[in-house]
Amino acid sequence: MMSNLDINFFFEDFRLNAYILNVDLQTDATLQVDISDALSERDKVKFTVHTKSTLPNFKQNEFSVVRQHEEFIWLHDSFVENEEYAGYIIPPSPPRPDFDASREKLQKLGEGEGSMTKEEFTKMKQELEAEYLAIFKKTVAMHEVFLCRVAAHPVLRKDLNFHVFLEYNQDLSVRGKNKKEKLEDFFKNVVKSADGVLVAGVKDVDDFFEHEKTFLLEYHNRVKDSSAKSDRMIRSHKSAADDINRIASTLYTLGTQDSTDLCKFFLKVSELFEKTRKIEARVAADEDLKLADLLKYYLRESQAAKDLLYRRGRALVDYENANKALDKARAKNKDVLQAETTQQVCCQKFEKISESAKQELIDFKTRRVAAFRKNLVELAELELKHAKGNLQLLQSCLGVLKGDT
Amino acid sequence: MSGGCGRNPPPFPDNEDQEAELDTQVLDSDDDDDEGEDIFTGARLEEEESGDQFELNIAVTNPEKIGDGMNAYMSYKVSTQTTLPMFLNKTFSVRRRFSDFLGLYEKISAKHSLLGCIIPPPPQKSVVGMTKVKVGKEDSSSAEFVEKRRAALERYLQRVVAHPSLLQDPDVREFLERDELPRAVNTQALSGPGLLKMINRASDAVNKMTIKMNESDNWFESKLQEVENEEQLLRRLHAAVDSLVNHRKELCSNTVVFSKSVAMLGSVEENSALSRALSQLAEVEDKMEQLHQQQAFSDFFILAELLADYVRLLGAVRCCFEQRMKVWQRLQEAQSTLQKKREAEAKLLWANKPEKLQQAKDDINEWESKVSQYERDFERVTCTVRKEMLRFEKEKARDFKQHIVKYLESLLHTQHRLVKCWEAFLPEAKAIA
Repeated sequence: MMSNLDINFFFEDFRLNAYILNVDLQTDATLQVDISDALSERDKVKFTVHTKSTLPNFKQNEFSVVRQHEEFIWLHDSFVENEEYAGYIIPPSPPRPDFDASREKLQKLGEGEGSMTKEEFTKMKQELEAEYLAIFKKTVAMHEVFLCRVAAHPVLRKDLNFHVFLEYNQDLSVRGKNKKEKLEDFFKNVVKSADGVLVAGVKDVDDFFEHEKTFLLEYHNRVKDSSAKSDRMIRSHKSAADDINRIASTLYTLGTQDSTDLCKFFLKVSELFEKTRKIEARVAADEDLKLADLLKYYLRESQAAKDLLYRRGRALVDYENANKALDKARAKNKDVLQAETTQQVCCQKFEKISESAKQELIDFKTRRVAAFRKNLVELAELELKHAKGNLQLLQSCLGVLKGDT
Repeated sequence: MSGGCGRNPPPFPDNEDQEAELDTQVLDSDDDDDEGEDIFTGARLEEEESGDQFELNIAVTNPEKIGDGMNAYMSYKVSTQTTLPMFLNKTFSVRRRFSDFLGLYEKISAKHSLLGCIIPPPPQKSVVGMTKVKVGKEDSSSAEFVEKRRAALERYLQRVVAHPSLLQDPDVREFLERDELPRAVNTQALSGPGLLKMINRASDAVNKMTIKMNESDNWFESKLQEVENEEQLLRRLHAAVDSLVNHRKELCSNTVVFSKSVAMLGSVEENSALSRALSQLAEVEDKMEQLHQQQAFSDFFILAELLADYVRLLGAVRCCFEQRMKVWQRLQEAQSTLQKKREAEAKLLWANKPEKLQQAKDDINEWESKVSQYERDFERVTCTVRKEMLRFEKEKARDFKQHIVKYLESLLHTQHRLVKCWEAFLPEAKAIA
C-alpha cells in the first residue's frame, strides 16, 4: 500500500542542474522563471511555477501558479504549431513523469514484507524512497529546463501562451489527448516523416544548410545510440550497488550470531560495505545525471533542430513549387496575380525561416559544446571525489582489520 | 575441551599449539606486476613434540588436455615442496586427473569419517563445464571453467594437508608422491549431486533422531545449531556475491559497448576539442571495463569460491556430528541388548534351567565387553569431534580474515586505478572550448 509521498522542497542542488543543461541562460531581470516547489500525488505531479519579471504585461512583479505535465505539453505543442516560430528550434518538451517502475518496486516490497527481517525491510524501503525522490527531482529539473529555455529565447519569451501559462492561476483545462486525437497525431507523424524523407532528398543550394542536414542526421543517430547504451551501463552499475547492499546485510547478520573475533570482524566489514555501497550508488546516480541525462537532452534537442531543418526544407519545396506554378500561370496567362501572391508569401516565409534558422543552429552548437564541457568536467570531478572517498574508507578499514589480526 | 579424551588419543598434537598457515596465491591481476615466481602456497605445520617447524607447500598447475572428444580429460600437475621427513624427496611433482582427487576423497572418507574427523569435500563435478572442454570449445568460458577447477583442486589439497591426521595418511602421501596412480572407479557417487545427497541425508537423519541424547553439556546440540545457522547465512552471502559477479560482468559488456558508442559520437562531433574529449571519454570507459573485469575476477576467486567452499565444508561438519550420533546410537542399542540379556538370565535363574544358564552368562559377557568397547568409541569420537570443531573454527576464522582482507585490497587497487583514469581525463574535459 503505497503512501502518498508528499514531497515539498526547495531544490537548491538541482536547480544548478537545470543551468548545467542551459549554460547560456541570461539571468536577466526582465524575466526569470523557476520551479520553486513540487508535489507528487498518486498519479500526477504538481509543479509550482514561479516567475519574477519587470515586464509591463504582467499584473505583478512576482507570482506563482501550479501546473501539471499536460500543460507543459500544451505550451510546447502551441509553439510547434505556430507558423511564426517555424524558424526557431523549439525547446524540446519535458518527458512525462514516470514513477511506474519505482511504484512497482515499492508495491513488491510491500508484498514481500513478511519474508524479510524488519531491518532489511526498513533499509529497502529507504532505498526505494531515495530512488523515488531522485526520479522526482529529475522530472522537476526537466520541466524547469524547458521553461528556462523558453524564457531565455528572445522571441519565444514574448509568446502570449507562455505568459498565460505563467500567470493564469486557474487550471488551463488542457486535458490530455483522447484516443481519437492520439490516433490523429500518429497519422500526422507518419505523414510528416514520409514528407521529411521527401524534403530531405531535395538538395539545398546553401552549403551551410546542406552540411547541417547531413551533420544533424548523423549526430542525432549517434546520440540516440549513446543515450541508450549509457542507460544500460548505469543500470548494471546500480544492480551491482544493490548486491553490495545485500552482502553488507548478510555480513551484519553473520556478525551478530556470536561475539567471537570472527564475528567482530564481520561486523566491521559489513559497516565498510554499507558505506562503500552508498558511494557506489552515488556514482551511478551522478553518471546518470551528468552523462545519461545530458545525452538524453541532446537527443531531444537534436531532434528539435532536425525539425527546424525539416520546416525550412518544406518551405523551400513550397517556394520552388510556387515558382513553378507562377511560371506556368504566366505562360498560360491565367491566375497570374494569385500565383504571384502565393509565390511572394512562400518566398517571404522561406527567407524568414532561413535567416533565423542559421542563427539558431549556430547557437545550438555553442550551447551543446558548453553543456558537454560542463557536464564532462563535473562527471570527472565527481568520479574522482567518489573514488577517493572509497579509497579512504577501504584504507582505514584495512588498517583497523590488519591491526587487529 | 573435555578431559579424559579416550584411551587412544588421536595421532595429532594438541590443537592450541598447532598453527597451519595458508597463504593463498596473490590474485593481483595488475598487468605491470610480475607475480607468480613461486607457484607454491604455504602450509606450515608446527609439531608440538619436536618443536621443529616443517614446511609443506602444494600447488596445482599446468592443466593439460589429454586425448580428444568425449574420452578426453584434463590432467593437472600437483607439485609439492616439503621439508617433512616422511616424504622421499624435498621437491617433487606428479600429474593427476579429477577422478584421482575424488578417489582420494573416497579413501580418506572411508577411513577417517568414522572417527569423527571433518573431511574436506572435493570440488564438484560439472558435466556441462567438462563437456565444453572435451569438445574442444576454445572460448573464455571453458578457460574460466578450467581455472576455476584448478583453483578448487588446489584449495582442496591444501585443506587436506592442513589436517594433521590426514597428512599422516599413507593414501595422501601416495597421492602426492606416486608417479602412476591406479584409476579411481565408481566416483559417480561422489559427483556433485551425489555428494550433496549424502550430506543432506546425514542432516535428515540427525534431525529425525527422536531419541534425545543425554548430554552432560549441550555443547554438541548448540554447536550443531550454530553450524546449521551459519550454513544458511553463508549460502545467502554466496548468492549475493554470485549476483555481484554477474552484474559486474554485465557492467563490463555494457561499458565496452558504451565506450564504442561514445567514440562514434566523438568522431561525428564538429567541435574539435569536444570531439577529442569524447574520444578520451571512450578510452576512459574502456579502461573502466578492464577494471570491472578484474574486479569481477577477484569477486569470484577470492570471495565467491571461499563461500562456496565453506558451505560445503559446513555440510561435512554436519556429517561429522552425525557420525557421533551413530556411534552413540550403537552404544544405546548395545546397552539395551545387554539389559535384555541380563533379564533373560534372571528369568532362567528363576525358572531354574541350569543348562541354558551358561549360554546366558556367555551372552552377558559378550555384550558387556561390547558395551565397554562402544563406550570407549563414543568417548573417543566425542573428543575427536570437539577437537575437530575447534581446529575447524580456528582455520575458518583465519581463512575468512585472510580472504576478506585480500578482497578489500583488490577493491583498493581498483579504486586507485579509477582515480588515475579520471585524473587523466579531467584536463581533457576542461580543454573543451
